[in-house]
Amino acid sequence: MSAIGPSATGKAIAVETIGMTMRFGTFTALDDVSMKVSAGSFHALLGENGAGKSTLVKCMMGFNHPTEGALLVNNREVTVADPNDAAEHGLGMVYQHFTLVPSLTGAENLVISRRNVPRVIDWARERKALAAFMTTMPFDLPLDVPVRDLAAGEKQKLEIVKQLYLDRRFLVLDEPTSVLTPTEAHEVLGLVRQMTLAGDLTVLMISHKFHEVTAFADAFTVLRKGRFTGSGKVGEHDARSMAAMMIGDQPVATLASRTPLVADAPTVLAVRGLEASDRTGLKTIAIDHVEVHAGEIVGIAGISGNGQKEFTEVLGGQRARRAGDIRVKGKPYGATRRETQELAVRFIPEEPLRNACAPRMTVAENIAFRTFDLDAGGRRISWISVAAMKARAAELVAQFKVKAASLASPLQSLSGGNVQRAVLARELSGEVDLLIVANPCFGLDFSAVAEIRARLMTARNGGTAVLLISEDLDELLELSDRILVMSDGRIVHETPIATASVQTIGEYMAGHH
Amino acid sequence: MDAGDIGWWGVPIAIVGGAIRVSTPFLFVSLGETITERSGRINLGLEGTLVFGAMTAYAVTVVTLSPWLGVLAAMAAGTLFGLFHGWICKFPRVNDIAIGIALMLLGTGLAFFFGKPFIQPSAPDLPAISLGWWSDIPQVRAALQINVLFLIGAALALFLWWAFRTTRIGLVLRVVGDSSDAARAMGLNPDTVRLLATAAGGALAAIGGAYLTLYYPGSWNEGVSSGQGLMAVALVIFARWNPLGCFAAALLFGGAGALGPALQSVGVTQGYYLFYAAPYVLTLVVMILTSSPGRALAGAPGELTVAK
Repeated sequence: MSAIGPSATGKAIAVETIGMTMRFGTFTALDDVSMKVSAGSFHALLGENGAGKSTLVKCMMGFNHPTEGALLVNNREVTVADPNDAAEHGLGMVYQHFTLVPSLTGAENLVISRRNVPRVIDWARERKALAAFMTTMPFDLPLDVPVRDLAAGEKQKLEIVKQLYLDRRFLVLDEPTSVLTPTEAHEVLGLVRQMTLAGDLTVLMISHKFHEVTAFADAFTVLRKGRFTGSGKVGEHDARSMAAMMIGDQPVATLASRTPLVADAPTVLAVRGLEASDRTGLKTIAIDHVEVHAGEIVGIAGISGNGQKEFTEVLGGQRARRAGDIRVKGKPYGATRRETQELAVRFIPEEPLRNACAPRMTVAENIAFRTFDLDAGGRRISWISVAAMKARAAELVAQFKVKAASLASPLQSLSGGNVQRAVLARELSGEVDLLIVANPCFGLDFSAVAEIRARLMTARNGGTAVLLISEDLDELLELSDRILVMSDGRIVHETPIATASVQTIGEYMAGHH
Repeated sequence: MDAGDIGWWGVPIAIVGGAIRVSTPFLFVSLGETITERSGRINLGLEGTLVFGAMTAYAVTVVTLSPWLGVLAAMAAGTLFGLFHGWICKFPRVNDIAIGIALMLLGTGLAFFFGKPFIQPSAPDLPAISLGWWSDIPQVRAALQINVLFLIGAALALFLWWAFRTTRIGLVLRVVGDSSDAARAMGLNPDTVRLLATAAGGALAAIGGAYLTLYYPGSWNEGVSSGQGLMAVALVIFARWNPLGCFAAALLFGGAGALGPALQSVGVTQGYYLFYAAPYVLTLVVMILTSSPGRALAGAPGELTVAK
C-alpha cells in the first residue's frame, strides 16, 4: 500500500477497488477492475457508454453487489451492502440527474437528508447551524428558495454541498457538468478542485469531456467494455492517448470540412416579433428578429432556462405563440403537418425520446412518423403499407447505424445514442430545407457525438438551413457559422463565428451586458 | 324557519352558518386528500370511504349510544379503506385513479348493504358549542351553533400546515411526493410512506362521513352524501395542496352549498333549487380557472399521476 499522501491531516479519504467483477447472468458488465484513488486526489473515470463506469461506481456505493472483488477505504477492506453502508464510510455520490427535491428549499433539502432528523425541527437553530456550515464552504448559495427555482449550476453546487454537509469525504461526480454552462462548469469544478487540494475531499469524476479532465483532474482510469484499459497521471498523457484507451481502434467520424458560405443564399427561416409565454406563464420570451439562410448553421447559445426551450417549442409547434410572424421560404409557418411536408422542415427537440417519439411504439413505426401516410412520390395514401414502412426503416437503420435488436422492438429499449440516431435518420432523410435541432448530443458518448455533429455539418454543406439550439458552447463553436446568444427570453448578442469569443459570449449568456 | 324580522339579512347569516355547518365534511376529506396527494398519490375512493364512514359511525352510535365511539369506528374503517388502496397501488402498473374509482363504488355499495337496518333507528348527535350567546337574534345564534368537529378540523388544518414544514414526518411526506428517486436515495421507501399517507387520508375522510350522519343532516340514508368526497379532491387542487387553503376552500364550498337553503328560508320560492347546484358549478368554475393549457400546475407534488 502506498503512503496516504500529503493530505493525511485533512478529512479526505482514499478508496481503492481490487479485482471488482460484476456479472449479470452470462453477461460480464465489469471484469476484474482495480482502481486506486488516493486521498485528496481528483480522479477522472473515463469510458464510453456501456464501458462499465456506472456499474463500477454502483458496486462502490452499494447499489450493486459485486460478484467478486473488494473495496478498500483508507486501506482497510470494507463491506458495503447498501448505500447507507457506503454513507457510513463517508462515500457519497452526486448523480447526473439531480436528486434534490424540487419543491423543498435548500435548507429543507439539507436537513431532511440527514440521518438523525429530530421529530420536530427547530428551524431557528438549524438555520444558524447551516449558516455556520456554509461559511466553511467555497460555495455561496441561497438556501431559502425552493430548489426548482435554482439555476442548474446552483443545483449542482447544492448537491455537492449536501454530500459535504452529510460529511462524505469521497465523492463520485457522475458527469457533473452535463447540465451546466461552460462558466458554471468551470466555477464548480474549480471550487471542487480547491477542496481536493486542501485535502478536504477526494473526488472520482465520471466524464466524457477531455478538456475538463485535463484542466481539473490529476489522475485518471479508463474502462472499455467492462475492462480496465489504462490509468495514469493527467500531466503525462494527452487527450489523444486517453481517447485511444477509451475507444480502442475503432474509427471515429470526423467532421466534414466546412464548405464556404454561399453569398446571398436565400433566407429559409425568418422570425419576427415573436412572443410566447414560458412554462410558468409568468415570463415572456420575445424574439425580435432571427434569420437562417440556406447552407448555414446558426447556433443559439444560452444558459438553460433562458427561453431557448420555449423558442424551440414554438418553432416545433409544441407551444402556442402570442404574437409574431414565422416564415419559411417566405410562406407563413405554423408547424402543421402539411406545412412541414410542403416546406421540408424537420425538427429534433432535446430529449427526443420524450419530446418527439412514441417510446412504446416500434423502431420502424417511429422512423415512419414523417412519411407513413405518403407514397414514394410524396402524395397522401389511404392505406398504409406496413411492408414499405419496414423496408424504409431497415434501409435508414443501416444507413444511420442504429443498433436495435429488431425493427419491431420498442424505441425506448434502445440506448440514448441509438434513439438519437433513429431520430436523425427520420429527420435527415429525404429533402430537408430547414432543420431545427436542440441539444442533439446531450448525454451521448464520444463516438456518437462525433458522428451526429458530422451529420449536421454534412446537411449544412448540402444546403440545409440549420438552427442549432445548444447548451454546449463547444458544440456551437465547432458547428456554427453564426452564434446568437439568448438571455432572459431575448436574443442579446449576435456574432459570426470568425469573431466569436468565448469570453464575450459567456458574459452575454450570464446577462452581464 | 321564520326570517321575517331581519329580512334579507337572513341570507348572509344563513350562508355563514351554512358555510360552517356544511364545510366540515369538505374540510376533513380535503385535509385527508392533501396528506395523500402530498405523498404523491391520488385517492379518488374517498367518496366511498366517506359514505362507509358515515354508515359505520351511525351504526356504532345507534348500538353504543356514544357518538365519539362512532367517530372512532368510522376512522378505523377509513384507515382500512386507505390501507387497501395503498396496498394495491404498491404493485407495478397499477393506476391509483382507477383503483380509487373502484374503491369509491365498493365503499358506497358496502355501506348501503350493511346500512340497511340503520335507516330507521335514531342516534345521538355529536355535541355542538353555542358561540352566539352574545346575540339576541335567533338566526345568528343558530348560525354560530358550532360543532366540535369543525373546531377540530380547523385546528387540524393549522397543525398540518405547521407540520408540513417543521416536522420530520411532514418533510418526509413532501420528499416522497415530489421525487421517488430522491426518497429512495435517502433510504426511504416511498411505497410505505404512501401507504401510511393514504391510510391517514382515509381515516380523515371517514370523520367527514361521521359528521354527516351524526350532526348534519344527522341521520343515515343512502343519499347522505352529495358528492362531497369527490368535490373535496377538486378542492385540494384549488387549495394548491395547502391545508390552510383547504380550510378556506371548504368554507367557500360550504357557503355555496348553503346558498339554496338560505334563499328558501327567506321565502324565495322559485328557482332556489338551482342554487342547490352552486357547489357543483363552483367546482367546474374553479377547475376551469385554475387550469391552463400552457402552464404546469404550480405547487403540485411532482409524483402525482395527474401532474406528470
